[in-house]
Amino acid sequence: MSEDYLVLGDKKFKSRLIVGTGKYASFEETKQALELSGAEIVTVAVRRINISDSSKESLLDYIDRKKYTILPNTAACYTADDAIRTARLGREAGLSSMVKLEVIGSEKTLFPDNEALLEATKVLVKEGFTVLPYTNDDPIMAKKLEDAGAAAVMPLGAPIGSGLGIRNPYNIRIILETVKVPVLVDAGVGTASDAAIAMELGCDGVLMNTGIAGAKKPLLMAEAMRYAVHAGRLAYLAGRIQKKLYATASSPFDGTIE
Amino acid sequence: MQLKINGEAKEFSRGLTVYALLESLGLAGKQVAVELNREVVKKEDHMSVSLKDGDIVEIIHFVGGG
Repeated sequence: MSEDYLVLGDKKFKSRLIVGTGKYASFEETKQALELSGAEIVTVAVRRINISDSSKESLLDYIDRKKYTILPNTAACYTADDAIRTARLGREAGLSSMVKLEVIGSEKTLFPDNEALLEATKVLVKEGFTVLPYTNDDPIMAKKLEDAGAAAVMPLGAPIGSGLGIRNPYNIRIILETVKVPVLVDAGVGTASDAAIAMELGCDGVLMNTGIAGAKKPLLMAEAMRYAVHAGRLAYLAGRIQKKLYATASSPFDGTIE
Repeated sequence: MQLKINGEAKEFSRGLTVYALLESLGLAGKQVAVELNREVVKKEDHMSVSLKDGDIVEIIHFVGGG
């Protein structure tokens, strides 16, 4: 298994778990959760700095840049233009061209505005970004994003922060058969089995934030997710048995005592 | 001159560069990115780009997010 890598753009990663840095109680807890998750890519948000008080600690002080690839997101952007500007600022601040591209269509569902997402993807690909778009579990859209040059597609398992798991595994399977770029399930994971299911379907990775940060014990859940993603990947590669209605004995019939 | 920085209007008695602005805000050398009138100002240009009255500046950094 030493040759099994997740390839995004021109970078490759051993871990297939991408974790967010939001909602933790402290930067210290964030740091420990990242460590325990085994993740190599961490998402961050791009926001205005408080210009009246620049003395505050910065999240980046707690993220070892040698160990982690920073993946700025465009969360809370509702237009292609805002997402494009945010991506450009994220690249300038992070010195990395990878972006988790979000263009949100509704505050209540946080579902993507796919039309604007596609438009922003095209612009950013032209500018040399490694674009990882957050999208619906829609195979047609996934194909359009791939054709537009996205380095991966990131269908949601369920609404962001909902913890509902993989609501439509069949669509995820169709997406996997439709595109050649990596498929990363982004959003909706509530517990370890959800992450394992995504990986068993054949997804290339899972991105999550609330599933870990919102758990009663985030550090334990970070570790659980690490194993879940790894176990799911191994199970996918191993190839599961066919489901059958009736039993098949594992022990031989021959030699039973009389 | 007046600048709008992160949505807030601020008065400056004299002209200044992007770098001087960051310095005055205690942000020089920090991991921030600057946008001037909706266009990114690259770090290597902070010393050479001057700000003028009415400019709209955004200064961002990274915060926790998913």
